[in-house]
Amino acid sequence: MTEAPMPDKPVVRAGGSPDLFAKFDPLIKQREDLLATGQQDPFSLVMEKVESPTVAICNGNRTILLGTYNYMGMTFDPDVIAAGKKALDEFGSGTTGSRVLNGTYQGHKACEEALKDFYAMDHAMVFSTGYQANLGIISVLAGKDDYVVIDTDSHASIYDGCAMGNAQIVAFRHNDVAALEKRLKRLPADAGKLVVLEGVYSMLGDVAPLKEMVRICKDAGAMVLVDEAHSMGFIGENGRGVAEDQGVIDDVDFIIGTFSKSVGTVGGFCVSNHPKFEILRLVCRPYVFTASLPPSVVATAETSIRKLMHGSNKRAHLWENSKRLHGGLKDLGFTLGTETPQSAIIAVIMPDLEQGAAMWQALLENGLYVNLARPPATPANMTLLRCSLCAEHTAQQVSEILGIFEKSGKAVGII
Amino acid sequence: MTSRAETFATVKAQIEPFNAKGVDLTEATSFVGDLEWDSLTIMDFVAEIEDAFDVVITMNMQAEIETVGQLVDAVEKLKD
Ligand SMILES: Cc1ncc(COP(=O)(O)O)c(C=O)c1O
Repeated sequence: MTEAPMPDKPVVRAGGSPDLFAKFDPLIKQREDLLATGQQDPFSLVMEKVESPTVAICNGNRTILLGTYNYMGMTFDPDVIAAGKKALDEFGSGTTGSRVLNGTYQGHKACEEALKDFYAMDHAMVFSTGYQANLGIISVLAGKDDYVVIDTDSHASIYDGCAMGNAQIVAFRHNDVAALEKRLKRLPADAGKLVVLEGVYSMLGDVAPLKEMVRICKDAGAMVLVDEAHSMGFIGENGRGVAEDQGVIDDVDFIIGTFSKSVGTVGGFCVSNHPKFEILRLVCRPYVFTASLPPSVVATAETSIRKLMHGSNKRAHLWENSKRLHGGLKDLGFTLGTETPQSAIIAVIMPDLEQGAAMWQALLENGLYVNLARPPATPANMTLLRCSLCAEHTAQQVSEILGIFEKSGKAVGII
Repeated sequence: MTSRAETFATVKAQIEPFNAKGVDLTEATSFVGDLEWDSLTIMDFVAEIEDAFDVVITMNMQAEIETVGQLVDAVEKLKD
């Protein structure tokens, strides 16, 4: 048996080999310094009870949830829950296998049918998470001599999909149409090209100018993939996302999405009209080499997706909430990530991490949960309090939220 | 001036607005070690260089470039 290492007696490795954890020392120190001020750790909050899509118990207090991705409030929908319970009873708790072996049940196919209907597209492929959908599709589509062109503010799963493949990766400045166009023009005309865009960028809640960008991509002969993780169910006439809203969905080659936001469960997908799409099921490693989603999860997803097709009233209410919160926070004197409300995400820009963390804690103590986001996840090294609204937030709750922001902002001295 | 010397001069001029510490720029100056640039600064700077020379410097190439001299060599190769 080995003796437990003492803090003052560091483990000595043969040959003076370093501790592989040494590279985390600056981060460990930053966390320790922050927590030493009496600050609660913003990254280890526990939801003790969840009452509804908009209310949970945290630290024993009733807390309004304004930092989930439960945009359409589907997590407690009675039909969704009933479908999950039924599948649990009839198909068991898990598939114990890959989609391409024993892990495709009738429920996975039904869920893919629901996605095809939702997007009015020919093909749908369900992955175990949205992260894996990006990893798989991006890494498998672009080969060594092909180019993947991405926005610098892309989600980690897009960067990781690029890192996993062996294509040439080109980045352009966030949402900059001219920068994208210039880079596409500089690439060899005969090279394969995939441009990866997002509908809504999740840190600031801003929307991409897809109308111009998709046209430029088509002119350059590039295929276009749009990650609509944060717009599904909410943006666009049928909730298909920003590409639908801007009238370019027919020119988009692939849409990637997730069940972990508006759909209200977990899972990811890619939909497409490409005639050869189905071959991806055999070559996409994050699809093949992992277990498929449990039957209850695909049953809840299918039911939720079908209900989201008829969600126009909820969409209208969510827009009202977004506009009211954005206008209210601006009037209170907070600095926001976007000049106008563009999505269900409203980012409040904090002066620095210390004040951001203090504000996060003050909000929590006053009964409001928001997301604290900080570098490197955020653009331009910003510290953000990210508010994401839900169609189930009542007008009364939005008023309460604004009251809590005012009280906490004054206490911390940010407004 | 040779083409390489011209490229070096242009790269130097492009670095200056980002050279907060006023580091003396040589072939061996390293972007992370000497200039202490973070990933955001590098991204902005690469975009400027790409536009200045009308080239694309892929992230794959960027991973191999550590010093000013290596960047100048890369740009020289891309320009042909
Ligand atoms: C833009 C974007 N893409 C993909 C994902 C990954 O989704 P999932 O939670 O299903 O892995 C997320 C969520 O974190 C996201 O914000």
